[in-house]
Amino acid sequence: MNIVVLVKQVPDSGADRNLRTDDNTVDRGSANNVINEMDEYAIEEALKIKEAHGGEVTILTMGPDRATESIRKALSMGPDKAVHVVDDALHGSCAVATSKVLAAALGQLNADLVLCGSESTDGRVQVMPHMLAERLGIAALTGARKLTVDGATLTVERQTEEGYEVVTASTPAIVSVWDTINEPRYPSFKGIMAAKKKPVQTLSLADLGVAANEVGFDGATSAVVEHSKRPPRSGGVKVTDEGSGGTQLVEFLATEKFV
Amino acid sequence: MSEVLVVVEATAEFGVKKVTLEMLTLARELGSPSAVVLGGAGAAEALAGKLGEYGAEKIYAAEGDEIDGYLVAPKATVVADLVKRVQPAAVLLASSQEGKEIAARLAVKLDNGILTDVVGLSADGTATQVAFAGSTIVKSKVTRGLPLVTVRPNSVNPTPAAASASVEQLTVAVTDSDKLAKVVDRVAEQKGSRPELTEAGVVVSGGRGVGNADNFKLVEELADLLGGAVGASRAAVDSGFYPHQFQVGQTGKTVSPQLYVALGISGAIQHRAGMQTSKTIVAVNKDGEAPIFELADFGVVGDLFKIVPQAAEEIRKRK
Repeated sequence: MNIVVLVKQVPDSGADRNLRTDDNTVDRGSANNVINEMDEYAIEEALKIKEAHGGEVTILTMGPDRATESIRKALSMGPDKAVHVVDDALHGSCAVATSKVLAAALGQLNADLVLCGSESTDGRVQVMPHMLAERLGIAALTGARKLTVDGATLTVERQTEEGYEVVTASTPAIVSVWDTINEPRYPSFKGIMAAKKKPVQTLSLADLGVAANEVGFDGATSAVVEHSKRPPRSGGVKVTDEGSGGTQLVEFLATEKFV
Repeated sequence: MSEVLVVVEATAEFGVKKVTLEMLTLARELGSPSAVVLGGAGAAEALAGKLGEYGAEKIYAAEGDEIDGYLVAPKATVVADLVKRVQPAAVLLASSQEGKEIAARLAVKLDNGILTDVVGLSADGTATQVAFAGSTIVKSKVTRGLPLVTVRPNSVNPTPAAASASVEQLTVAVTDSDKLAKVVDRVAEQKGSRPELTEAGVVVSGGRGVGNADNFKLVEELADLLGGAVGASRAAVDSGFYPHQFQVGQTGKTVSPQLYVALGISGAIQHRAGMQTSKTIVAVNKDGEAPIFELADFGVVGDLFKIVPQAAEEIRKRK
């Protein structure tokens, strides 16, 4: 099975993150940049499917030059190769334009199965699988906590608010996964060494047949007008329990009319 | 006045979800609200009363197995056709997984911008969003097409405005490519009387400090006394104390209730990302240096196994 895993480089969600003041895009210079955590689960799932059914795993990333670090990191877990879509004109692209570029890249990769994380930890927008499915005319099975592959049939168990749903589709399809689906492996020393030699193909917008004015700020379908830091919450009252902490807590709730 | 389409979220158990009423309230600022019900046969009829009560002037209904038996693609097709026909001033959906997914497909079908996790919307279409674990406030606009936004639950106060909603059944004309992801089973889990986590006015969450799955009864007891939902930190979920669908945080649900009670939760950024915009925050933790206290309007440093039962007893006394 030919599997492509979408990997996004994001600013570390554990660090202080900001939007840039000059062009309102995510500031990728101030925080550590890492693989979107959810994508590691997608990589793990791809590797497990390859181990069981054979095939090839390709990482697909759209991002600036520095995303190479995350691509090598992803490859060190075990995928075979990577494709990096990189082009200066992409800076400032909205989700709709991003989906256009990724769909064009996927069109060249002939994937049976596209895997991705359920959301990225920076935008948390959760729209990419369905945008890609819409463009490619393939099924999107989102939010999988379990994925079974039987020949060309995919079966997914997905969490809903009421319980879970079982959903099936035939390949080609795109599946997004939650962090409950598996436990991603740590790259081995051998894996890290091997990743340095794995092929990483770079593709420009011209290679994909996408015009520069369809992406970036020129092609954006939405714009940030302004942004500001939310004032930090000022800590309130902190008491140490000396036998009446529970009662004090309820007294506070009562003054706030919750009790 | 132009129509504003509000794509209804509802459950079989609780009917129209609160976020839908919030969207109808927001929609009234932008035009004349029209509710769009997408579901099984008879869905619109059951919801019409409530939708009218909150200002829906019209209800569009697309019902049946063609809609309900597949993941969101057929729903997006129906809404896209409707948008082309009525040329609304805006389209509002809930910022739930399904709402975002329908919106995603609409954005591509209509070549239209999309804004998600919106907490406020002004009459000119400028949306307010909260980004980066609640640390950044963003104002943004759709610059191509109509305002297509998904609204985060608990963003606005739903206010009634009676309207007499008439139901119009839509012809469902979905294509084979909308029927690629087939729902073969729906299994209900953990049904209970507690409110849904993202919509609840009160959320009581437990973390690693709760110690084990059995002790979560304490968290549930306090939640029930306060009429709230139960949440859990990632540490608690990863340790198997509580099911994943109740996880609050960066990789779980985002909640913004009137009151958030954090029990035995240290307040790592992972967790703060999901609850930082709660109106009032109360914390109990044995570590006085825990970062959760930086957020808490009221914090108690001490043993939650002493403090929570005492608090529960005190609430009972006051009832």
